[in-house]
Amino acid sequence: MIALEKRPQPSKTWVYLAPLLAVALTMIVGGVLFAALGKNPFSVISAIFYEPLFGEFSFYYRPQILVKAAPLILIAIGLSFGFRAGVWNIGAEGQYIVGAITGAAVGLALYPAETRLIFPLMVVAGALGGWAWGMIPGLLKVKFGANEILVSLMLVYVAERLVASMALGLLRSPEGRGFPGSRNLSQWASSANPELMAGTGVHWGVVAALIAVIFAYITLSRHIFGFHVRLTGQSPRAARFAGVNPGRMVLACMGISGALAGLAGLFEVTGPSGQITIDFNVGYGFTAIIVAFLGRLHPLGILLAGVLLALTYIGGEIAQSNLGLPGAAVQLLQGMLLFFLLAVDVMTNYRPAIGKREVA
Amino acid sequence: MTDALLTLRGLTKAYPGVVANKDVSFSIRSGEVHALLGENGAGKSTLVKTIYGLVKPDSGSMTLRGEAFAPSEPREARAKGVAMVFQHFSLFDALTVAENIALGMEDPPKQREVAARVKAVSAQYGLPLDPWRVVGELSAGERQRVEIVRCLLQDPKLLIMDEPTSVLTPQEVGILFETLRKLSAEGTAILYISHKLEEIRTICEAATILRLGQVVGTCDPRETSARAMAEMMVGQVLHVPERAAKPAGDVVLDITGLSAPAPHRFGTALEDITVSVRTGEVLGIGGVAGNGQDELVAALSGEIRVKPGMVALKGRDIGHSPANARRALGLLAAPEERMGHAAAPDMTLTENAVMTAATRENLTSRGFLDWGRARAFASRVIADFDVRTPGPDNAARSLSGGNLQKFVIGREVLQKPDVFVVNQPTWGVDASAAAAIRQALLDLAASGAAVVCISQDLDELMEVSDRFCALNAGRLSDPRPAQGLTVEEIGLMLGGAHDLEVAHVDA
Repeated sequence: MIALEKRPQPSKTWVYLAPLLAVALTMIVGGVLFAALGKNPFSVISAIFYEPLFGEFSFYYRPQILVKAAPLILIAIGLSFGFRAGVWNIGAEGQYIVGAITGAAVGLALYPAETRLIFPLMVVAGALGGWAWGMIPGLLKVKFGANEILVSLMLVYVAERLVASMALGLLRSPEGRGFPGSRNLSQWASSANPELMAGTGVHWGVVAALIAVIFAYITLSRHIFGFHVRLTGQSPRAARFAGVNPGRMVLACMGISGALAGLAGLFEVTGPSGQITIDFNVGYGFTAIIVAFLGRLHPLGILLAGVLLALTYIGGEIAQSNLGLPGAAVQLLQGMLLFFLLAVDVMTNYRPAIGKREVA
Repeated sequence: MTDALLTLRGLTKAYPGVVANKDVSFSIRSGEVHALLGENGAGKSTLVKTIYGLVKPDSGSMTLRGEAFAPSEPREARAKGVAMVFQHFSLFDALTVAENIALGMEDPPKQREVAARVKAVSAQYGLPLDPWRVVGELSAGERQRVEIVRCLLQDPKLLIMDEPTSVLTPQEVGILFETLRKLSAEGTAILYISHKLEEIRTICEAATILRLGQVVGTCDPRETSARAMAEMMVGQVLHVPERAAKPAGDVVLDITGLSAPAPHRFGTALEDITVSVRTGEVLGIGGVAGNGQDELVAALSGEIRVKPGMVALKGRDIGHSPANARRALGLLAAPEERMGHAAAPDMTLTENAVMTAATRENLTSRGFLDWGRARAFASRVIADFDVRTPGPDNAARSLSGGNLQKFVIGREVLQKPDVFVVNQPTWGVDASAAAAIRQALLDLAASGAAVVCISQDLDELMEVSDRFCALNAGRLSDPRPAQGLTVEEIGLMLGGAHDLEVAHVDA
């Protein structure tokens, strides 16, 4: 029989091999699935993974990839701190929404003033909004031991109701002829988050995502806080012995992930989306969970995984419009990616021992 | 030998990468109390598991009462009269003694009948036990009696006992030994596994010593010194810790009325602990595990914060200080559990060095870690404490228990603490590593630090302590000079002896 035995050291090879193998397995099983749906698997896979990057219209798709990847990376970097420390913030989607609302609200309160100070102020407000929304499950966990997974997840639905009511009420554009939705923030110079270089898709959110990657990399590898984050996740008792206050660690991780998710929401509402609408959120906060794990909770890995997931979004749209692939099939593909990664990941810490097994 | 009960001939058992038993032969006579001696990893467990039918030998044979004996499972071994009391009990806390015993029977009779038989056996062998009590309320010693009575109900010819005294107070050990002597007088052979040499000298008539899976010697423990047996076990001349006589210094750690609620459901509350420790002395704290040892270490290390005024270090109140503030002031600790508490198993030794040494060894500047310095410090611990590992980049979990313990102790000792609190410093550590660790504690005290050594191993405490006190149910007895304390006095201090009447048995 086949048994798994723990490796004395985590395998260096498998740490790098696992994500690649997971992508390959996803393509194979996804291909089988597409074939079962009656599509040519090779053209679907190529539409998703090849065309956005190197196809005929890649000049249009490449910037789109960055636009999608930026919020994913920004949110996933924040989540990775918590996930490494064993703090499970599943509600980044809600923090993303609330960040967008608070940021937009601050901007709209000052409309129509013309000053460059408004955008930075909105950035701060967005981060604070996400932070505050993340603090709710954090404080409930620390004070009452409430499960942060459930509370943060349920707060997503609260945030979704909140953004709908904002789009219909408080933040509705007075010039919108009664239609739901706020003023368009991307068309007001003081609040706009424009493309910084024409045709590249790079906006302030992309810049913030890159800064977050570098910041996270340095924090996790060189700073005592990052060390304590890793220690808490691996051995909570050892962390306490080393002097880590578990409650503060929960609050710090919820705060960081909430603030970064809020930032992502703010950059979205001032840029690509432009306004607060009823269905403002599109699931970045949930997909970012996949990005964080696919990137092995490592900042550089998250950078690559964010681009890969953005690719499946864009490629999925191509496959939907050109080949008539159902939208759910693309979500399935993203889910498969995480599934296979977690499965293959076992090999990092375990190795198969085939045959000999002794009754101990 | 004509009256041999069990004879082993050339038993060999190999696991991938290690030969657990190699050509092991010896025999046990009826009524003999036979010691099986050896360090951790010497192959004692594999050998008794072979006898009990849990492990199949690669080669070799056994005979029991003249007949070939090759049990394929424990049930078969039990049917032929071999019983075993494991080191770790397999009892259900929520069930009564009688229910637990009935569960282990092939064909259990009614509860009342089981209870009656339990009563009869426990009276016969002087093992006081109430069959209707819930196991969860019993002490470790009483739980062991449940296991023993369970075995005795099978009327065994050979009783195997794996480290039976590790959880007992001296009084309970006395009760156990009376029982074993009675069993032996009735003709039951006992295979007694232990590394406590004085006990073996008290109770056993013959000893087989294993080292690296092989029999390296036999002796009559009644006529062999503990030191000689230890040296056979280890295969080298054993280094006995040296203590330099020193004058008592100033009080450096002052604990006054320390009380703390139990940190979790299975914890023990600390109640009104008052003791002070002087520079240059080792305070030994004895007691059976689970009497507040973990909590006391946590309250001193800063994992549990207590009320101001309860703990003072060099005259400064640190009762409410967090762990790293205490470290900065010179109070270091090493908890009992190595994996996951004193060390993070999946992290490298360098990272594990950072865990507690960041403050005192200046491994950070403005919060940023200096990995070069950390690695150098870890290398120094590895070199100074003879930690067997390829290097500081290896994960802690790749180290053996003894090596990791040396690393954990070394990590704290090299930070030059003023007060060092250590819990079970040599638990599960082989004899030579244990000797090295004890020597390190004595050297640390000689260099002027105060050492608080918490241990279940009374021999160890007598070896290192200047003063001794006992922890029982979260309370600490008054310390007394360790020199000249008798086993009886220690037992009374431990106070945890349950049912102190030592087996009144009609012989």
